[in-house]
Amino acid sequence: MKLLSRKATCNSHGQDSSYFLGWQEYEKNPYDDVRNPTGIIQMGLAENQLSFDLLESWLANNPDAASFKRHGQSIFRELALFQDYHGLPDFKKALVEFMAEIRGNRVSFDPNKLVLIAGATSANETLIFCLAEPGEAFLLPAPYYPGFDRDLKWRTGVEIIPIQCNSSNGFQITQSALDEAYQEAQKRNLKVKGVLITNPSNPLATTISRDELNRLIDFVTAKEIHLVSDEIYSGTVFDSPKFVSVAEVLMDRNLENTEVWDRVHIIYSLSKDLGLPGFRVGAIYSNDVTVVSTATKMSSFGLISSQTQYLLSAILSDTKFAKNYIIENQRRLKKRHDMLVSSLKNAGISCLKSNAGLFCWVDMRHLLSSNSFEAEMELWKKILYDVGLNISPGASCHCTEPGWFRVCFANMTEETLNLSMQRIKAFVDSIVATTTTTNHADTRGQRQLDRNSRRRSLTKWVFRLSSYDREPER
Amino acid sequence: MAIEIEQPSVVGLSNIAVSETHGENSPYFAGWKAYDENPYDELKNQSGVIQMGLAENQVSFDLIEEYLEQHSEAATWGNGLSGFRENALFQDYHGLTHFRKAMASFMEQIRGGRAKFDPNRIVLTAGATAANELLTFVLADPGDALLIPTPYYPGFDRDLRWRTGVKIVPVHCNSSNNYQITTKALEEAYSKAEAMNIRVRGLLLTNPSNPLGITVERPVLEEILDFVTRKNIHLVSDEIYSGSVFSPSEFTSTAEILEARNLKNSERVHIVYSLSKDLGLPGFRVGAIYSYNDQVVTTARRMSSFSLVSSQTQYLLASMLSDTKFTENYIKTNRQRLKKRYEMIVAGLRNAGIDCLKGNGGLFCWMNLSPFLETPTKEGELALWNTILHEVKLNISPGSSCHCSEPGWFRVCFANMSEKTLRVALKRINDFMEKRRAADQGILFSSL
Repeated sequence: MKLLSRKATCNSHGQDSSYFLGWQEYEKNPYDDVRNPTGIIQMGLAENQLSFDLLESWLANNPDAASFKRHGQSIFRELALFQDYHGLPDFKKALVEFMAEIRGNRVSFDPNKLVLIAGATSANETLIFCLAEPGEAFLLPAPYYPGFDRDLKWRTGVEIIPIQCNSSNGFQITQSALDEAYQEAQKRNLKVKGVLITNPSNPLATTISRDELNRLIDFVTAKEIHLVSDEIYSGTVFDSPKFVSVAEVLMDRNLENTEVWDRVHIIYSLSKDLGLPGFRVGAIYSNDVTVVSTATKMSSFGLISSQTQYLLSAILSDTKFAKNYIIENQRRLKKRHDMLVSSLKNAGISCLKSNAGLFCWVDMRHLLSSNSFEAEMELWKKILYDVGLNISPGASCHCTEPGWFRVCFANMTEETLNLSMQRIKAFVDSIVATTTTTNHADTRGQRQLDRNSRRRSLTKWVFRLSSYDREPER
Repeated sequence: MAIEIEQPSVVGLSNIAVSETHGENSPYFAGWKAYDENPYDELKNQSGVIQMGLAENQVSFDLIEEYLEQHSEAATWGNGLSGFRENALFQDYHGLTHFRKAMASFMEQIRGGRAKFDPNRIVLTAGATAANELLTFVLADPGDALLIPTPYYPGFDRDLRWRTGVKIVPVHCNSSNNYQITTKALEEAYSKAEAMNIRVRGLLLTNPSNPLGITVERPVLEEILDFVTRKNIHLVSDEIYSGSVFSPSEFTSTAEILEARNLKNSERVHIVYSLSKDLGLPGFRVGAIYSYNDQVVTTARRMSSFSLVSSQTQYLLASMLSDTKFTENYIKTNRQRLKKRYEMIVAGLRNAGIDCLKGNGGLFCWMNLSPFLETPTKEGELALWNTILHEVKLNISPGSSCHCSEPGWFRVCFANMSEKTLRVALKRINDFMEKRRAADQGILFSSL
């Protein structure tokens, strides 16, 4: 049989990574509070399930929106036929206003500069198609969302060079890290076309500081490259520091009418803030006329269902509702976040201090048998198969320091979150109880000493837990 | 749909971004512009341009509206919004199982049960536009080519080539044998590609054909399958208009041929479908790839992440398409109505002295104005097209935009307007032709 394309047969779809393996294992044995209480709890999925009731109540009070009616009149035909890639005007207007509201109305957006497309996955890929050739590169601060390896590289042929960030300064993006990444690209003969940041960050769950944003803008200005800011989590900022969008920094620095103005692009989506990943609502925002025009045409390959555009246009046009939703959603996220952080603290586990997102960036370095990614994988598997939690190992996010994990908290009930925390505590307690030293030393030497005893104790713990209420095999 | 004015090459964007392969500078799109600027309206603008260049199906909406009226829970996630959360969260690229099953069943019904479709081989995409591009990414590398019989849908120039870097090599068909695809034409196209050092990866067929409005005959399909097997290439059969064939017995799907051959050599065959034409729902973005090749199914599924169908829309259509009583009635009634429209337009054109290719499906007819060209050239065709657009105020699609090798043919849509509007359009054509004949006679007499 004649083979398929190189794209079809390569591994750039990324689905052999642990990110997807954990998912698979979860699917085989998913936790259910009634039917499978010993199953795996999914904590690797950044979904927002906290505020559906608000949407449901709105839908119950506004039946027209989902029923193809406007002021009681059917507009079914109009919507069924509407495939204009410029998008439903009312929806774009409502969406840019929502985006502005999320930014405290410190900036405003022009609906004519917004391109609708089926999800941020599609938006990111489309934007890269517009900005870079196959073989060119984008710099991304690492750790970053594992999906980027597929979304930005697979069909576009574009490379990603990580901007290495680490825990020494809270994973902030430094000038030297930027320069090093750029030099790395040059060493590999790759032309850098831009920097892509996620702000708030996935997986760090922190907002990018104004200093860093300034640094980034100066960097892309000097190098004459693009800056793509994926602000998909912008509505999830629940604590200070306040979210600062790259759009605000451009305004504050009076950069309108300068060259860099046209090279800064924003990605947005309703998958995280509104918790509607199934509806495929993404957007590209750009000041560059050609980018908007090209991306608009390209959106033909991933238009948003007009049925969905209409529904969301109705929801978001109810600005009172939208405003209240944002506030209440953030309040609930904060509560969950605080729950997770304090429970983990109770188990002797700390998190990177965060103020956004649907997850925490958790420091489990002290639980590693050695300071290596093998040990991280070992720990991840243990947590997956023995503790019964699917969390995301830092390696899958291209983190350079082993031992960090992304743990989601908004895709389950409070009860389930509590249970997951109990399991973690039990796991950690049993390690602590059986090691010869309870000192969490930081030095590699000490850890290597602990390694053998911990391995023995972990084996014991695994056996013990198995004899309680778990199946011997998972 | 407004036309974008392209800026000259801008520093810092990709070649794809600044290329013209999006194809939007062709007359196909210029006609849109004229329509947008002066659209016909039965009440408010009776002298406006009538849009006959848009292959939409507006003749059977009432059936769908009635269904939705009687099954309102389909649009509101069940009673009490019970299914809302699960649906809002559902982004699995396998698609809603219920919906995939419904699509498979619908496709089977359209083919009168003459072919079976396994729901697990269906990959959902946001429209056939996405499906065709995706398949091209999966089956071919940049620089490779797909063979496509002419005339073909103008959108293919963008959909199959733009971002993929794949080329199209035309397989020339013409009116001498009613545009049937011959093995000779296939071999010629293949050799031409070889001579240019271009690797052919597959043949893309649209059956029923757009713009011709005719089905591919069974013996021809057999030959095509033999050809692709001989050359060891893929066959993509875009059957987007399969439900619009006026008489069900006249459509043979590639799937039927494969089943007759016990699926031998079927791993090279992929079928594209969509609800945009048969159900008239282009806005909902529902497309599908059906592949007999496991690796293609797996890869296409992963790639479909870039163009998933809204779960809200999948939910809505799952129950409707599973309702076989509804679908049987819909398919039958829709066919009848399209047939009636087709007969109306063909009769009206004949009255005006214009012949059409004998069609048996689709939302358009293939009209022959070659006797009326000033010069039998592409320029002559475009001049006549311009006249029809600006004087007769009808936007129709010139054959050259469909890569037709014979000038003077036009695609004219008949299902995207009311019967009343169609009659207005036919009257305008009739008046135009009468005027021309009178003018010709005037010239004739004056030269005596």
